[in-house]
Amino acid sequence: MADNGDPVLRVTGLNKSFGAVHVLHDVDFTVRLGEVMALVGDNGAGKSTLIKCIAGTHPFDSGRIEFDGRQVSVDGPRAASALGIEVVYQDLALADNLDIVQNMFLGRERRRGLVLDEPSMEQAARETLARLSIRTVKSVRQQVASLSGGQRQTVAIAKAALWESKVVILDEPTAALGVAQTQQVLNLVRRLADTGHAVVLISHNLNDVFAVADRITALYLGRVAADVARSEVTHGQIVELITSGRSGGLGLAPRTAAENI
Amino acid sequence: MSTDIPGGEKTAMTLAESDFAADRRVHDMGSALRDYRDRIRAGELGALPAVLGLIALVALFTALKPDTFLSKGNMANLSVQALPITILAMGLVFVLLLGEIDLSAGVASGLCAAVLAKLITDAGQPWYVAVLSAVAIGIVIGTTIGWLVSVLRIPSFVVTLAFFLGLQGVTLRLIGEGGTVAVRDELIVALSNRNMPIWLGWTLATACVAGYTATQLLRWRRRHVRDLHSKPIGFVLAQCAVVAAALLIGTYVLSLDRAPSPLITLGGIPWGVPLVGALLIVCTFVLGRTAYGRHIYAVGGNAEAARRAGINVTRVRVSVFMIGSGLAAVSGIVAASRLNSVATDAGGGNTLLYAVGAAVIGGTSLFGGRGKARDAVLGGLVIALIDNGLGLLGTSAYLSYLITGLVLLFAAAIDALARRRRSNVGR
Ligand SMILES: Nc1ncnc2c1ncn2[C@@H]1O[C@H](COP(=O)(O)OP(=O)(O)O)[C@@H](O)[C@H]1O
Ligand SMILES: [Mg+2]
Repeated sequence: MADNGDPVLRVTGLNKSFGAVHVLHDVDFTVRLGEVMALVGDNGAGKSTLIKCIAGTHPFDSGRIEFDGRQVSVDGPRAASALGIEVVYQDLALADNLDIVQNMFLGRERRRGLVLDEPSMEQAARETLARLSIRTVKSVRQQVASLSGGQRQTVAIAKAALWESKVVILDEPTAALGVAQTQQVLNLVRRLADTGHAVVLISHNLNDVFAVADRITALYLGRVAADVARSEVTHGQIVELITSGRSGGLGLAPRTAAENI
Repeated sequence: MSTDIPGGEKTAMTLAESDFAADRRVHDMGSALRDYRDRIRAGELGALPAVLGLIALVALFTALKPDTFLSKGNMANLSVQALPITILAMGLVFVLLLGEIDLSAGVASGLCAAVLAKLITDAGQPWYVAVLSAVAIGIVIGTTIGWLVSVLRIPSFVVTLAFFLGLQGVTLRLIGEGGTVAVRDELIVALSNRNMPIWLGWTLATACVAGYTATQLLRWRRRHVRDLHSKPIGFVLAQCAVVAAALLIGTYVLSLDRAPSPLITLGGIPWGVPLVGALLIVCTFVLGRTAYGRHIYAVGGNAEAARRAGINVTRVRVSVFMIGSGLAAVSGIVAASRLNSVATDAGGGNTLLYAVGAAVIGGTSLFGGRGKARDAVLGGLVIALIDNGLGLLGTSAYLSYLITGLVLLFAAAIDALARRRRSNVGR
C-alpha cells in the first residue's frame, strides 16, 4: 500500500506534437498521494494536452508514464480509469436528466443479475459524498439539472473520487463559479488530497492555486518552467514563470525561454 | 463539522436543506404533496397532462354523445382502437428518448403487416412463421436506419423520411396497386376481434394488481429499512390504489355483456389488451431497471457524457431504432388483425402522427432523455379517445385531421414549455 507522499504518477520526457506543431517538450511531471499539484500556464501552454496524454485521450510521441512505480501504457480512457486515474473535464459531462447517483455510477452501474442494484449504489454515493463532507445537496436523488454550478462541479468531483481512484485530475474546476461556490470546491479539492488521493488542479486563478496547492508545476510554451513547493515561491514569481518562463534563478535557461518567441 | 457552507447568499436555506435532508426527512402526505407540486412547477409534469386530457375528453364526449360514447360496445371498441397506436408509440418512446425520430415507423408497420398477410394467405405459412418473419423484417429495417443514423451520422429525420417513402413503395410492390390481402388466420384475427373468457380476464387483472402492489411495497420496504430516499407509504398505497382501480374498472366494463341482441352474449377483454400489458411490463423493466435502459437515458441526456463514461453510444443508437421498428411490426400485426386485411396504404395516413402524438401527450419529450413506456399507453388512450369521439360525432375528415394536428402541436408545446421551465429552475 502506497503512503502519503509517495509519487504515484510520474511522467518523464513526454513529447507530443499535433502534426508539425510540437506542443509538449520533454515534460516531466510528478504527483504524490495526499498532495495537490497545481498545473499552471498561459492559454495554449499545453496543460490540457498534458492531462489528455495522461488520461489516454491523446497518444504521445515519446516519453514514459509510471504509475505506482511501474511503467504503464495508457492507450485509452478505459485503461486510465482502470489504473485509478480520473479526469474531471471543464465541461463536466454530466447528464442533466439523470440524478446524482445515476450520474456517479454512469457506465459502471452495480447490478444484481440483470437488475440495477439501486440501494447499494445510492448508499455508496452517499458515503462518498459524506466522506468528502459534501453536505449541500438536498437529496442524492435530485436530478442534476436542478443543481447549481458549484453543486454540479461537486458532483463531478465526487464521481471521480467514488472509484477508489488514486489520481484525480481537475481541469479548471472553478472557472465558471462565483466566490462562495469557488470556496466550496476548493475545500473539496483539499479534502480529496487529505483523504489520500493525488490531485492535479489546473487553474488560471493563482489565488485558488495558492489556497490549496502543495506544489506547483508551471508550463511555459509546452516546457516545464518549474516544479516547486508552494511555500518556496511567491505569487509574483509564478506570474513571471507563466508569462516568461523564468523568474530570477527559477525557470528555463534564458536561451530556451527565448527560443520559442 | 461541515465547513463548506458558503457564507452569504442563501445560507439559511442551505443549512435547512443540507445533509441530504430530503432523503432523510420523514415524509408525511403533506410534504410529499408539496414535493410533487414543486416538481410540477419545475416542469416535471409526468403523467399529469395525459391524465387531465383523458378526464377532459371523457367528460366532453359523454356530454356531447351521452348514449353512444359510454356504451359498453364503444368502450370495447375504444380499447381495440388504442392497441396499434399504443404499441407503435411504445417503440417510438425508445427512439424519442435519444432525441431522434422515426418517421417511417408507421409505414414500416404496414410493410411488416403486408409480409405477414402474404405469408399466411398466399404462401399458406402458419401464423408463427409469419409473425416471426414480420418482426424480423421490422428489426432489419430498424438496424438499417440505426446504422445510417449512428455510423454515417445522417440526421434521423432525413433517413426515416427516405424510408417513409421507400417502404411505401415496397408495400405497394408486394401487394399490388389498389389491392388488399385478407388475413384469416384464427389466432391473428383473435387479437383484436375475440375476447378472453371472463374468468381469465378477472384472474389476469387481479394478478396484475397483486403483482404491482407487492413490487411497490417490497421496494418501499427495502429502501425504507436501509434509510434510503423513499416516498411516504401513504403515497405508495395511493398509487397502488389508482392502478388497481383503473385495472379493475376496466376489467369490469369490458366484462359486461355488450351483445347488441339478447340472444347471444359478448363480453370479456380483447386478447390484444394483455399483449400490450406484457409489452408495457417488459419495456418498463428494461428502461427503468436495467443498465441498458439507464444508458438510453444517458445518451439521450448527454451523449458526450455517456461516451466518456464508456457507454457504446453507437450501439445504443442502433438498438433503439431496432426496438422502434420491431414494435412497429407488432403494431402492424395488431392493426391487420383489427381490419382482417392489409391494404397498400397500411400504416400510412395519420398512423405515425397518432403514435408520435401518443408518446408526447403521455409525457415523452421530443428533446430526448425523458419518457417512460407507460406514456405510450396513456397517450395512446387519449389519441384513441379523440379518434373515437370524433368518429361518433360524425366530424368530417378535414376537421378530424385539423383537430388531431392541433392536439399534437399542443402536446409538443407543453413539452417545450416544460423543458424551458426546467432549465430556468436549474442553476
Ligand atoms: N487537437 C488538437 N489539434 C491541434 N492542435 C492542438 C490540439 N489540441 C491542442 N492543440 C494546440 O496545443 C497547444 C496547447 O493547447 P492546450 O493543451 O489546450 O493548452 P492549455 O490547456 O494550456 O490552454 C495549443 O497551441 C493548441 O492550439
Ligand atoms: Mg485548457
